[in-house]
Amino acid sequence: MTETLTLPQVIEPTIFELSSPGRTGVTFPEPDVPRSDLPAELLRADLPLPELAEVDVIRHFMHLSHLNYSVDGGFYPLGSCTMKYNPKINEDMARLPGFLFTHPLQPIETVQGSLALMYTLQEWLKEISGMAAVSLQPAAGAHGELTGVLIMRAYHRDRGDHRRTKMLIPDSAHGTNPASSGMVGLQVVQIPSDSRGNVDLNALKAQCDETVVGLMLTNPNTLGLFDEHLEEVIRTVHECGGLVYGDGANLNALVGVMRPGDIGFDILHFNLHKTFSTPHGGGGPGSGPVGVAAHLADYLPSPIVGIIEEGTDDLAPLFGFIHPPRSIGRVKAFHGHFGVLVRAYTYIAMHGAEGLRAVAENAVLNANYLRARLQDTYYIPYNRVCMHEFVAEGRFPGSDVRALDISKRLMDYDFHPPTNYFPLIVHEALMIEPTETESKRTLDAFADAMLRIAEEARTQPELLHEAPHRTPVGRVDEVKAARDLVLCCWFPENQ
Amino acid sequence: MTYIPNTPREQAEMLATIGVSSIEELFQDIPPRYRYPKLNLPPALSEMEAAAELKELAENNENVRDHLISFLGAGAYFHYIPAAVDHILRRGEFYTAYTPYQPEISQGTLQAIFEYQSLMCALTGMEVSNASHYDGATAVAEAVNMAYAVFRGKRTRIVISPSVHPQYRAVVRTYVQGMGLELVGDESEANALQSPFEIESLIDPNTALVIVQYPDFLGRLYDYTSLVQIAHAQGALVCIAANPTALALFKTPGEMGADIVVGEAQPLGIPLSFGGPYLGYFTTRKQYVHKMAGRLVGETVDQRGQRAYVLTLTAREQHIKRERATSNICTNQGLMALAAAVYLSLLGKQGLRQVAELCYHKAHYAAQRLSQIPGFSLAYREPFFHEFAIRLPRPFEEVQHHLLEHDILGGYHLGADYPSLKDHLLIAVTEMNTREEIDYFCEVLQEVSHD
Repeated sequence: MTETLTLPQVIEPTIFELSSPGRTGVTFPEPDVPRSDLPAELLRADLPLPELAEVDVIRHFMHLSHLNYSVDGGFYPLGSCTMKYNPKINEDMARLPGFLFTHPLQPIETVQGSLALMYTLQEWLKEISGMAAVSLQPAAGAHGELTGVLIMRAYHRDRGDHRRTKMLIPDSAHGTNPASSGMVGLQVVQIPSDSRGNVDLNALKAQCDETVVGLMLTNPNTLGLFDEHLEEVIRTVHECGGLVYGDGANLNALVGVMRPGDIGFDILHFNLHKTFSTPHGGGGPGSGPVGVAAHLADYLPSPIVGIIEEGTDDLAPLFGFIHPPRSIGRVKAFHGHFGVLVRAYTYIAMHGAEGLRAVAENAVLNANYLRARLQDTYYIPYNRVCMHEFVAEGRFPGSDVRALDISKRLMDYDFHPPTNYFPLIVHEALMIEPTETESKRTLDAFADAMLRIAEEARTQPELLHEAPHRTPVGRVDEVKAARDLVLCCWFPENQ
Repeated sequence: MTYIPNTPREQAEMLATIGVSSIEELFQDIPPRYRYPKLNLPPALSEMEAAAELKELAENNENVRDHLISFLGAGAYFHYIPAAVDHILRRGEFYTAYTPYQPEISQGTLQAIFEYQSLMCALTGMEVSNASHYDGATAVAEAVNMAYAVFRGKRTRIVISPSVHPQYRAVVRTYVQGMGLELVGDESEANALQSPFEIESLIDPNTALVIVQYPDFLGRLYDYTSLVQIAHAQGALVCIAANPTALALFKTPGEMGADIVVGEAQPLGIPLSFGGPYLGYFTTRKQYVHKMAGRLVGETVDQRGQRAYVLTLTAREQHIKRERATSNICTNQGLMALAAAVYLSLLGKQGLRQVAELCYHKAHYAAQRLSQIPGFSLAYREPFFHEFAIRLPRPFEEVQHHLLEHDILGGYHLGADYPSLKDHLLIAVTEMNTREEIDYFCEVLQEVSHD
């Protein structure tokens, strides 16, 4: 039997395929110093990089950009990702020459502007969260979690409490929570949810003993629900000597409305790329500052920004780096994602207390509005007033249409799908987070599309199974990708 | 101001649809005594006021483009970034997109990452690259994590050269706190100038990973082939943290036999930006791909027979495997990886080599001029790329003060991390430094040498 090999159609060639020997997109001046001999025994034979003109590069990446969906292009109701609008002024501020062209190791006297910004942002995040101290070093939410878990571990060990090895994590948690605990060598114990979507108090109490490091709690949780027994949950963990870690992924529901520190969280990470509008960048960079209560302040990653010399009426204070005495150490090089911090600072400065409260209020209003519009058509398993997001089931009685089909069909209506198949405790989950930056008009258009898709599921299910139809590519063969593992279009053996 | 489009009338309509009478009713689950705290934040600024405030803050910095002549490197380098790079990064289609979990509407990001992976493989001589880590330091820490997983925790020794970036070593120490690993090789801060090959004697059958840097933190270039062979003879893996600009000219870590090549890719088109966001790159051999952390893009086809790209081997990752994942990493440095891909595409084979050669020639010119100043001497005789160490005739603080008075950032004080290198300065020279700047630097240092 002979198999006919048909090569796949190429939408956009790779930069390697576009390369033409001898081209270059940039030229540099000739050296203005005498040339020195290169160490012959250390040189590489060839540098297999592509060769393109500037116009080739610009057109290539422009073509690629057209294949993307984005917040600038449309509605992105991706649950737990807080895909809010990214204000343009933030981008300009991060590119001010005074910020862009400063080296992280400059003497502190020459970077007082950057340090003042970081100090003020630390103070603002403390005020917003009710935590006593903040480090801006962690690079992303998961990195903040790792930092927080290391702080919890160090705190117990410092008190000579070496028995604590168990981290309690609700079944609705993001995967990063157990993964962060696993990296620190802790044993993860899953706590189930009760019928109203809260932490199951009895199950929690049964696990709370002298081996508990703490509880990692996302509140509101990934069902978009505020735990109705939050105070009791926190008290239960504290009573057995554990600490309570707050995953700040869903802080957009609470900002300006409630401070996690006030109700007893010991640690909280912030996702500046969610709550504070810094862009997701197609997968990063994020920024995951960590706030802690007073009894954990000495453990924060080092360094953080402090006042080295108090100011006077005429003289600004001198900002510098301070090293918390019992610090868990450094979690990344230099001082955090400074460019992201500038964007978050700009955002908070333009909101103030009332603006931030309006953010949470409208995020919650928008989510409940969508919930109200969809609840008669889509089954919502924990259907009560939600916070910034809610989870519906993407399946219908007597139909083989699944959440995946609904998600793909939404693309034909020019919407980004919701997060699907998460949280794991809901079958065929569709997790919908509209954020506050969407108008009623957009929400209505999305709800109309969802209702129409439900109708299509009944009348033309094949339309959904084969969706999307109007996107640059159709459903992709994920099995082939994992089996063939073509991860690179250049291989050393081609040399 | 805020970015909320809904008007009070629309809000009222929405509340009616929900069936509640006020927004506050939606927050009933929050215990009343915690609800609506008074936040002590400054009053909200308009966009023009915010722009003025930020401009003032930025102008309170002295920057290396407009105010200071900089010879500061030590892990972050001032290079020229072609204008086209930022024009691509500012495309909303790229920077306001999420992680490409939905391949049908994310082919732009996916193909760009695939190309980034390919470019990093080409540069390092390795077979697979992931989609990025937070920075060079965390990429090294993830190499430890991977080696730990490769040996299923059965090998517990990590051997690390003292001439790996001090902050990278610090981050590795933080990451391994709960893993039960023993970190050896860099305790002897007394002898930082020792050859990195000295750590060979520490490699034993319990060693999971050996970590060296290329060029090392002091700027020295070594061919690590023999070290790799010794490590492999003990069954250990080798991680080389490499400067990507140097790889335009010098033998690749892949050729030396390294198992993991990581590093800080900030020099590839990413601004200094006071330390971040930067780009940790991570490459390895295909045989270890299942143990590698981070996202990975693979080529495949779609149902219409078109070539397409998709995130693959996701079963390694936290959202599937939870506590058994290879790492907790989720958000990475997507946009910075795009910057590196655009930068490398623009410069290409010729441009990147030209940059590396400019760095090399200017650094060697500077080293030669500086070592002629009475009292100043090069700290070592090994080959170097664009960074080198000199011994100062006077205390560092005094020299730094004098240089700053002349608006010069002289370099990094090695004594801060290596007590034995008190009054040693680590000097970086790139294509951004003109001959005039180097000559001026030498003149000003000359003044220090005669009192």
